[in-house]
Amino acid sequence: MNPLTICLLFSGALFAVGLVGALARSNAILVLLGIELMLNAANLNLIAFWRFGPAAAPATGVIFAIFGIAVAAAEAAVGLALAIAIHRHRGSLRLEEATRLKG
Amino acid sequence: MNLALVLIALLTLASAGVALARPNLIHSALLLIASWMGIAAFYLWAGAEFIAFAQVLVYVGAVSMVVLFAVLLTRRSRADLAVGPASAGRAAGALLAGGAVLAVLAHAVIATPLTAAPGGPRSVTVRELGLELLGPHAAALLAVGLILTLALLGAVLLAAGERREPEEPRP
Repeated sequence: MNPLTICLLFSGALFAVGLVGALARSNAILVLLGIELMLNAANLNLIAFWRFGPAAAPATGVIFAIFGIAVAAAEAAVGLALAIAIHRHRGSLRLEEATRLKG
Repeated sequence: MNLALVLIALLTLASAGVALARPNLIHSALLLIASWMGIAAFYLWAGAEFIAFAQVLVYVGAVSMVVLFAVLLTRRSRADLAVGPASAGRAAGALLAGGAVLAVLAHAVIATPLTAAPGGPRSVTVRELGLELLGPHAAALLAVGLILTLALLGAVLLAAGERREPEEPRP
């Protein structure tokens, strides 16, 4: 099988795993981790096309992935701070109970 | 060559799947570290060494620690760590949605005639990367620095919360 196909199937499966996790769990931290996995799957695609795709500039895919990782890190920090804030206001991380923005 | 890729993919997917299915939050965080290591191994396999080490530094080093701290800061008792799954119907719906997305993606990937570019492994040195980042992409780099600064300041503000006045003096 073409290695590019395997890479794309891998990232698609990782995206699906993250999606199932984000939809099925009700804990805010686990939902955030599922979203992180989906972002990682997107980065995998960028690197796979950089490695196997037609030659563009030598570093294009790597630069895309660097920016992707930076934005994902910012998202993780803000998301976990939100989880802590929700926990302080509500005493629980269950997303079903977080129905109001102002606690 | 493909064997290593399939092995990395299976290990990463297995640890990610088990991580998101475990009831214990600490187990989930630790298994996700394994999954992120697998992704870093994929980057190494693909020849993107800089991204691999960035992945190890950012995810395995930093994000995992922040997640563990968040887990430990938001628990009340030992029982809090065990988070059961939501309702069975919701889990089934999530599996259905994920399966549908996976089926669409896999069909699109398999139906597309992809050709791997001929030639040996491609690689980019850190020097080239730095010249690219600070040359043509300098504006984007500045924007990312601004985003990170603002996001971290916002995270501190959100997590610190308002200072509460003590209601009565302590004896």
